[in-house]
Amino acid sequence: MRALYRRQPWLFLLLLLAGHATPALAEVSGDVGVEARAFFHDPLDSRQHDAGLSIYVAPEFYTDWDDGDQRLVFAPFARLDQHDSERSHIDLREFYWRRSFASAELAIGLRRVFWGVTESRHLVDIINQTDFVENLDGEDKLGQPMISLRLIRDWGNLEFFLMPYFRERTFAGVEGRPRTRFTVDTDSPVFESGAGEKHLDWAVRWNHYIGDFDVGVAHFSGTARDPRFVPRFGGAEPALVPYYDQLEQTSVDLQATKGGWLWKLELASGEQRDQRFTAAVSGFEYTLYGVFESAADLGLIAEYQFDDRGAAATPFNNDIAFGGRLALNDTQSSELLLVTGIDMDNQSRFTSVEGSRRFGQQYKGTLEIRLFSNVAESDLFADLRDDDYLELSFARFF
Amino acid sequence: MNLYPLARNTLIALLAVAAANAAFGQTPEERGLEIAKEVEARDEGFGDSSSVLTMILRNRHGQEVTRQMKSRALEVADDGDKSMIIFEDPADVKGTALLTFSHKVDDDDQWLYLPALKRVKRISSSNKSGPFMGSEFAYEDLSSQEVEKYTYKYLRDETVDGTDYFVIERFPVDKKSGYTRQVVWIDQDEYRVRKIDFYDRKASHLKTLELEQYQRYLDKYWRPLRMHMVNHQTGKSTVLTWAEYKFRNGFSDSDFNRNSLQKAR
Repeated sequence: MRALYRRQPWLFLLLLLAGHATPALAEVSGDVGVEARAFFHDPLDSRQHDAGLSIYVAPEFYTDWDDGDQRLVFAPFARLDQHDSERSHIDLREFYWRRSFASAELAIGLRRVFWGVTESRHLVDIINQTDFVENLDGEDKLGQPMISLRLIRDWGNLEFFLMPYFRERTFAGVEGRPRTRFTVDTDSPVFESGAGEKHLDWAVRWNHYIGDFDVGVAHFSGTARDPRFVPRFGGAEPALVPYYDQLEQTSVDLQATKGGWLWKLELASGEQRDQRFTAAVSGFEYTLYGVFESAADLGLIAEYQFDDRGAAATPFNNDIAFGGRLALNDTQSSELLLVTGIDMDNQSRFTSVEGSRRFGQQYKGTLEIRLFSNVAESDLFADLRDDDYLELSFARFF
Repeated sequence: MNLYPLARNTLIALLAVAAANAAFGQTPEERGLEIAKEVEARDEGFGDSSSVLTMILRNRHGQEVTRQMKSRALEVADDGDKSMIIFEDPADVKGTALLTFSHKVDDDDQWLYLPALKRVKRISSSNKSGPFMGSEFAYEDLSSQEVEKYTYKYLRDETVDGTDYFVIERFPVDKKSGYTRQVVWIDQDEYRVRKIDFYDRKASHLKTLELEQYQRYLDKYWRPLRMHMVNHQTGKSTVLTWAEYKFRNGFSDSDFNRNSLQKAR
């Protein structure tokens, strides 16, 4: 964690500032939990472990004033991992001030912003960097420093983002799992832009709904959140150096809600490394209500992923994903989500199971299983082929 | 001098005959619709409201869990109301919020805000008969009650404990409804719905809802502060209570959109 402060001194400063502001904050909520992971196979690297424990805390403080027109949010995050020094980390998920006007909103600080509609890949969701040590699913995000302005009009929302500082992706350390055979050297990233992490990124997004259709159109200009990896030999041992390209990306996300059917499309096109690219995720979720003579709902999911940057750049170049989401609609909010992705070129499979259930009023148990099967040597997941794992976590919400 | 009472009595008698004719001239369907329209008419013009809702879910063994949420509603002329429900308890769903644009006959438009992912998700509203938050209330029981959502049939007048009721049957128009029919007791004094018997798709008696502790707001609008739903087939029940009812908060459309959904607390 000390290394994190060294690399990102502003983070420490913000934490310190926020620490002083906290007593004035009116509302607190959040969760604290313990997580256990067990891996099914021996690790590729003898320094890795078969199982591990970690604990986390994710509180959120906020206060409103000016009749609710102004809000300050402070949401730090910290995890302590038994083995992985990179997974033991802190972050400010959110720390921003927002002013609401009659038909506009201005926000300054670290925020999290979600764009998109699909389930198997979040293609157009580009504002925040992925906190990859947290989970492979890419749904945990680091707080992004920004100034944002949203205009709220009859013809939809138009939001502008200025992002003065880049957050690097987090990767598992030497003892961490799952990880690539060579560790990612997060201490010496390379940027295409001479400004490095201080490159000023910008984005704009319009979104609206028209009848059964929800639509978003966006453009992003700046440092790509997905790095490429350049192997580095020499030194104590080989490593992967993350290389962050400059990216211009225009995207569309669309959902049609027709009865029990949700039809989804995410489309992105742009320029990276002086080349045009096009990528898409599209599919549906169809929900069957009251299945098995009960109150449970079963959602059937199928999505196709395409990306012409190719198999070397992304695991989602020509893949299908299908699965099911079971919600029991009981008082414990029991849910189970199972999704399998299959690479159409080399038949590599990735299967994910996520289940959760509430215990009492304040506790929640979660089960996760990640399975890599039939993984081709050439696949980007090849290094993870023995990193199948089961995770149990138990959290207290307050 | 003596002619006046006579004239008055004659007039009353004539009016009574006319009213009786009107009543007998109506089919039970027309009479049922007329009562339903009167129930709706008496609620017109409330503008907007906000309240705090507590839900107590009881299983057949008497074990209870409690849920709490905030509710806001905006009256929309010529369409269903707009509403927002902000979940407060249990803690793991705190900040989750549901925005509904209800419609008279078409499916409602619904968006759900998931605070953990900062994601606003358009969700299907076609699941009319599904349970709301694991309770005995189905979504359709809690959605904006529009006259157009049912066809009606007047059954009878009934007096229970000194109160006179209209008893009407109503039949859901929507094929996705979980009910074949509902029997509704409406008090004749104020046209307030006091009790509903729900019959499931197999036409057997599924649930009974009792609406209690009616309070009058703005000298006109009656609201029950307690609803008690019993499921006769499972033995489970749910009690909904309202507190902090406020009307004319000055809400507008901008308090019921996807932006306000993300900010709602």
